Amino acid sequence: MNYKTGLVKDVKWVNEKDHICLLTVSGDFAGDAGQFYLLRAWEEEPFLSRPISIHDREDDLIRFLFQVKGRGTALLSQLKEGDPIRLLGPLGNGFPVKETYRNVAVIGGGIGTAPLYYLLKECKRKNVRADYYAGFKTEPYLWEQYEKVAESALIATESGAFGKKGFVTEILPQEKDYDAVYLCGPEIMMKNVAAVFSDSVPVYVSMEKRMACGIGACIGCTIKTVNGYQRVCKDGPVFLREDVIFDA
Amino acid sequence: MHKGLEVNLCGVTLKNPVIGASGTFGYGKEYEELYDISVMGAICSKGLTLHKKEGNSGIRTYETKGGLLNSVGLQNPGVDAFIETELDRMLSYDTVTIVNLGGGSLEEYLMGLEKLNKTKVPLIELNISCPNVKSGGMAFGIKSEVAYEVVKEAKKVSKKPLIVKLSPNAEDIVDMALSCEKAGADALSLVNTFKGMAIDIQKRKPIFDNVTAGFSGPAIKPIALRMVYEVKKAVSVPVVGIGGIVSAEDAIEFIMAGAEAVEIGSGNFMNPLLGKEIVENLEKWMNENGVSSLREIRGII
Ligand SMILES: Cc1cc2nc3c(=O)[nH]c(=O)nc-3n(C[C@H](O)[C@H](O)[C@H](O)COP(=O)(O)OP(=O)(O)OC[C@H]3O[C@@H](n4cnc5c(N)ncnc54)[C@H](O)[C@@H]3O)c2cc1C
Ligand SMILES: Cc1cc2nc3c(=O)[nH]c(=O)nc-3n(C[C@H](O)[C@H](O)[C@H](O)COP(=O)(O)O)c2cc1C
Ligand code: FES
Repeated sequence: MNYKTGLVKDVKWVNEKDHICLLTVSGDFAGDAGQFYLLRAWEEEPFLSRPISIHDREDDLIRFLFQVKGRGTALLSQLKEGDPIRLLGPLGNGFPVKETYRNVAVIGGGIGTAPLYYLLKECKRKNVRADYYAGFKTEPYLWEQYEKVAESALIATESGAFGKKGFVTEILPQEKDYDAVYLCGPEIMMKNVAAVFSDSVPVYVSMEKRMACGIGACIGCTIKTVNGYQRVCKDGPVFLREDVIFDA
Repeated sequence: MHKGLEVNLCGVTLKNPVIGASGTFGYGKEYEELYDISVMGAICSKGLTLHKKEGNSGIRTYETKGGLLNSVGLQNPGVDAFIETELDRMLSYDTVTIVNLGGGSLEEYLMGLEKLNKTKVPLIELNISCPNVKSGGMAFGIKSEVAYEVVKEAKKVSKKPLIVKLSPNAEDIVDMALSCEKAGADALSLVNTFKGMAIDIQKRKPIFDNVTAGFSGPAIKPIALRMVYEVKKAVSVPVVGIGGIVSAEDAIEFIMAGAEAVEIGSGNFMNPLLGKEIVENLEKWMNENGVSSLREIRGII
């Protein structure tokens, strides 16, 4: 874990309607799929840095895919090439991809698909066949890119504009044995999707909570689990679904 | 490290006046992953209670302009588990360990202190901002008479020096400080968080399950500084200044107002290297300003 400055290489809009931005930062930033960084491109205000998952990384750059929601993400979206940005990380545990897995399902909803690109790449690197299922409101983000690294890729949109009309639960296979399932998206979506898979399959869910320190020191980002309150930033963000007591 | 940074707090020497504040510095190990925390003058543990505490449900941290609200609810493993799993490692760092102790009743404080008596902890910070279960949840630190009782009894039991940590929500902070001093406090630290709140206007509900939460960060600094100034004018025991410190300059203000040392809380979230940077910049400031010891500027206001 490190706190260091990188230089913005590129910021571009991936989807203007949903305010989705792709930020590329130059520098040597470590990390595994499902881990995240706290991003800061300002001095004292906003007070806290913003947690964003690793979307992609190479030896000399790291990418973040994020949705502009409020002050912090708006500032991140306005960065220009060459601007400095401070990154704290890599943080959290990440998605465990065991070399023994042969078939896995990677399932995302909306901006929850952000960390799944790097996960799909990791699966490919480890020769784990990963089927990708994604649900969006109207249109997908960076679809071709995801399709390229996934074994197969299916899409559902609520509007029906792309793929099957409806929620991601409707494109999930009825009969397919997966060695593991990885989920990232709104809590209600993860809860519903997790219920589709039998108890014998490990289902990993990536949780979200407001964060202050990001490193496990303030105990401010806890979720309810069967083992009591656990910190999303340190004990997570990835948990086994049977451990999480969902709010939604 | 510059000798002039050295501080004597209740007979314990700190290499500099910069302390990681309770609840923001974990148990040291979290920041140790980022920098060598032996540069710190001292580190303060998360607030401990006699028994394990689960902490509060719902949202626990909420950013505001110039700071944050928190409602962690003193989640901690309890004094015994802390002594077993965290304390030795904390003591092994080349810095001073301060254990922050809270409680829901007088008995809990006293039993916690008895357990800590048997350890090598050099200093205890007694957090009296905790809700008193017996008086309907009103914190021990609101009424001077209540705080006086707790501190007096705590002093009878504790074999370690006690730094009593005051709540800025006290009815009268100077009277509170004087009461704690009279009860035997070896030092005072202030301030803890201010009672605040926030509302989700879309849901038309309070942000926090507990409705109110503790407010900290740069926004509270002027009030915290004023309180430290007024308290130090009234008491003779050392005072540790806390509240919104995010730079060496902020720390110097507190020292000029009379603080022996300072604690860095929420600032660690703004900049995870802040503790170390404040130590470095304090030293730099002294060199640039021809100050050879902090004693030269302490309490000059
Ligand atoms: C581990 C983790 C990974 C994440 N990865 C991504 C990602 O890859 N792409 C992406 O678009 N978003 C991601 N998010 C959500 C993202 O952090 C928030 O959307 C963002 O912090 C909002 O900041 P803001 O300043 O735009 O909004 P504001 O509403 O102004 O933020 C105010 C405060 O609330 C916090 N906050 C608001 N919404 C959330 C939220 N949903 N989760 C956590 N904190 C929140 C902010 O961090 C800030 O402290 C992730 C969250 C977590 C916890
Ligand atoms: C997330 C968080 C947790 C805290 N937990 C404790 C605690 O357990 N015990 C305590 O005495 N103070 C606790 N505090 C108060 C701080 O130690 C400090 O007194 C206060 O935040 C004011 O300083 P600051 O403005 O530098 O943050 C906590 C503060 C924060 C922000
Ligand atoms: S954000 Fe501080 S413990 Fe997770």
